[in-house]
Amino acid sequence: MAEKTIRLEVVTPERIVVDEDVRIVMAPALLGEFGVLPGHTPFLTTLKIGAMHYYDGAGAEQFIFVSGGFAEALPNKVTVLAESAERRRDIDVERAKRALERAQQRLAEEGKRQDIDFTRARAALERALYRLKMASSPNI
Amino acid sequence: MAKLKEVKNKISAVKKTRQITKAMNMVAASRLRGAQSAMEAFRPYANKFAEVLGSLAERAGEDISSPLIVPRDEVKKIHIVLCTSDRGLCGGFNANLIHRADTFAKEKAAQNLEVSFTNFGRKGRAWCKKMGFPVVREHLGIVGSRFGFNVATASGRELIDGFLNGDYDEVYLIYAEFVSMARQTPRLKQLLPIPPIEAEEVTPAGDAGTTGYLAEHICEPSADAVLGDMLPRSISVQIYSALLETSTSEHAARMAAMDNATKACNDMITSLTLAYNKARQAAITAELMDIVGGAEALRG
Repeated sequence: MAEKTIRLEVVTPERIVVDEDVRIVMAPALLGEFGVLPGHTPFLTTLKIGAMHYYDGAGAEQFIFVSGGFAEALPNKVTVLAESAERRRDIDVERAKRALERAQQRLAEEGKRQDIDFTRARAALERALYRLKMASSPNI
Repeated sequence: MAKLKEVKNKISAVKKTRQITKAMNMVAASRLRGAQSAMEAFRPYANKFAEVLGSLAERAGEDISSPLIVPRDEVKKIHIVLCTSDRGLCGGFNANLIHRADTFAKEKAAQNLEVSFTNFGRKGRAWCKKMGFPVVREHLGIVGSRFGFNVATASGRELIDGFLNGDYDEVYLIYAEFVSMARQTPRLKQLLPIPPIEAEEVTPAGDAGTTGYLAEHICEPSADAVLGDMLPRSISVQIYSALLETSTSEHAARMAAMDNATKACNDMITSLTLAYNKARQAAITAELMDIVGGAEALRG
């Protein structure tokens, strides 16, 4: 194999989502998306809610939803630690839809009620929207 | 004959009990496997997390700016997160945890500090109610079953909010550490303010193998910001780990307790069967004596 590869590990507290050699990794950092090729300088960043993608050893593009994590890049390895992460095909659309509805209901009461944490509701909304978007469209 | 019947009933009762304890032992064994695999699955995350956190903290040194690490000048309100099981029949497991909480809470109460609780598990809650400690939050049906990381995140966020609002000045965590199948020790840990991150946590997971390599990392947005993001998360990580440990320990403790109970049932059955046989033999002998006596009398 002529292509140089870099090890990608996506780890959540519940399981290891990805552990394979890939050609390039792109992930949504707090300050914008970044890409990592083999031989990257050591780098550490927090991630936003969103989609990360990579080209696997065979050159196929893969998408992974991540939320609440950070990424560490080393010359030969990228580690992503996320509170939740799932491959696109593993996204639970029904669950995301329910989460979306719930978040919308809560946000509709914004300003009227004190007992709801709106920052959390907004984060939940964002997660749900991203999951749905990823599940429905082929190239994000 | 009444005695014979009684012993027989007793034997069948003990046999039924043995059936139950045996079944509970088997259920606990299979749940234990589940809990252990969850712990196994968490390890890569926990190791990496501790490694990165340790290096960042080392680099930041004294000037970490997060409010989560600042000790309060005057400590008045103590909050304890107590992890126990929901169900009993697991030997001294809950008693040990509660004993630990009891000593600690009394020690703090003796210093005129307000003590409140967050309970994971029914047993700890029942104890808090009995002792009259205020229970701020209770989470039932989590310890001992399958649960996700979001449980820990939600609880961690509540604790951090409480700490920042000044509802609590210090937060502690009591849980059962799973040392081995035969040993589960209650542990007490300070959650908030976050104690200085110790050097031993920095031990790298193995594959990188180079300590302090992070010193040359570029951090985005900044090392301080990344650390600021990680500190609240470290609370959730600790809670999750404590919950996993407690669950695993609960099942291990129940397995041991049920194993002992099954053994005790076996012993009881053996001695009861012996007593039954003796009584039966005595009855037969007495009957024979009767018959022989009667026959003698007729002949005479």
